Amino acid sequence: MKRFSFSNVMLVLGLLFIYMPMVILVIYSFNASKLVTVWGGWSVKWYVGLLDNTQLMNSVGRSLEIAFYTAISAVILGTLAAFVLTRITRFKGRTLFGGLVTAPLVMPEVITGLSLLLLFVAMAQMIGWPQERGILTIWIAHTTFCASYVAVVVSARLRELDMSIEEAAMDLGAKPWKVFMLITIPMIAPSLAAGGMMSFALSLDDLVLASFVSGPGSTTLPMEVFSAVRLGVKPEINAVASLILLVVSIFTFLVWFFSRKAEKRRLKAIQQAMDETTGAANLAGPDSRRDPSQQHAPA
Amino acid sequence: MKSRKLKALMPTGRHAVIGVPFLWLFLFFMLPFFIVLKISFAEADVAIPPYTEIYSFVEQKLQVILNLGNYVMLSEDELYISAYLGSLKMAFISTVLCLVIGFPMAYGIARANKDTQTVLLLLIMMPTWTAILIRVYAWMGILSNNGLLNAFLLHIGVISEPLQILNTNLAVYIGVVYSYLPFMVLPLFANLVKHDLSLLEAGSDLGSTNFNNFWKITVPLAKNGIIAGCMLVFIPVVGEFVIPELLGGPETLMIGKVLWQEFFNNRDWPVASALAVVMLAILIVPIILFNRSQAKELEGKA
Repeated sequence: MKRFSFSNVMLVLGLLFIYMPMVILVIYSFNASKLVTVWGGWSVKWYVGLLDNTQLMNSVGRSLEIAFYTAISAVILGTLAAFVLTRITRFKGRTLFGGLVTAPLVMPEVITGLSLLLLFVAMAQMIGWPQERGILTIWIAHTTFCASYVAVVVSARLRELDMSIEEAAMDLGAKPWKVFMLITIPMIAPSLAAGGMMSFALSLDDLVLASFVSGPGSTTLPMEVFSAVRLGVKPEINAVASLILLVVSIFTFLVWFFSRKAEKRRLKAIQQAMDETTGAANLAGPDSRRDPSQQHAPA
Repeated sequence: MKSRKLKALMPTGRHAVIGVPFLWLFLFFMLPFFIVLKISFAEADVAIPPYTEIYSFVEQKLQVILNLGNYVMLSEDELYISAYLGSLKMAFISTVLCLVIGFPMAYGIARANKDTQTVLLLLIMMPTWTAILIRVYAWMGILSNNGLLNAFLLHIGVISEPLQILNTNLAVYIGVVYSYLPFMVLPLFANLVKHDLSLLEAGSDLGSTNFNNFWKITVPLAKNGIIAGCMLVFIPVVGEFVIPELLGGPETLMIGKVLWQEFFNNRDWPVASALAVVMLAILIVPIILFNRSQAKELEGKA
């Protein structure tokens, strides 16, 4: 019992430690004083000032664009990888494949960044592509490491999935890709959304990879912030940082909220389907596949 | 039985399904390491790209020139050796600190009731999605000489003049533990939540103390979670650049920062490559450990 309360105290202290600096940062972004350490009353002038900073605004647009493309491609690639890891249990090079999927999670960014840049340079020399480094090369770098995060999230979901539903569909004659698109994908949709948003946030945040593989004229938001931060604490940066915090928090919250809601709905649908199948044994007719609410009926 | 049924239907698209992610990861993750290895044997040159070719084919003669100078320099120069040692020390101490702080936190979450648990998890997860850059920046304002912490300490009279915290190793430790704590808590929680509590009860019934229970039951069961958490902290911290750059000072020697400077400031790509190769050689054992524990998790056993 004693350890129980000790761990709770640690939990509260730990959360305070994690959130205090961010709360302070947000509060100080509304500081009217130009001196960042002196409180001069509330003001939103730093936020208004951001809108006039075209260089910064351009980099925001660029970062959002890259993050958007990254989210889509990382979800596709990560889901494929997760599917291979969970459903295709034996093939040549599986250990290597598993290593390739999980290693980007821990690989120091300076190594990944440097190696990708050298790859792009070597490729440009050999096959003349990519001609110049910019949005495309940053997108490739981000997709590679975000796909690993997606693979971890999605494979956790795939593992706990009831395979009998997929098998039932195959027994009824559906082709594998059809089973995947119509049954597997809808069932893992919340984790796909979570993976996508996670990739979006990770891509929006990345400084090191982008610094290595970007070219002239393709500065992203974190690079812009970094070069300003290096020179010290500034009120404008407080405002930018608070905005980023706000966007990411809203994002995280939405992911959490929707995946919880979807999970509840799913459990309810399964329950309902179970009740109905016991009543009417013939529910799993040919039309049931087209109606998403009946998808669990064959179970 | 079920896997056989699935497999029989697979082969048509099977190669594509394996091939696409495999090729992507091979091309953009694995192949680049070999290029880094190659360029670490080149010499810096005033050209575009700024290094010499290591092989040439002239008059039917293939010449491969491996320049070991970069590695010799790394092993002889005090700066690089102490940067590696500094990084390892920083990573080791931070990992221990994260474990000591993170384990009770993960334990607390795992034992909380379901509704509180999801909220707590959200609170832990939120920062991992937020730019490390911004969270580190937040500390710059707190730790600086005229920052909030010093102002507070001066106000309550603990100190009479500002402490120099920013731009010291202490600030880097604070920043690293702060940034990587969630990465320790999440895998630990995922493991601790699966534990069967009846084991602890059985232990208590048989007269075991709480501490003994914890040490003999909880810790051994949590082994995979502890390994995953420690590796998720240790490996990236060794190569960390942002935190030492922003919070550290002249005494903070870390290899990620040195590599960055060699690459961006000195434009010496071969030396930067050699630094990366040696860093990878140091990290290969922890990375394999991590991959093993991940593979166990991925195969779905608790």
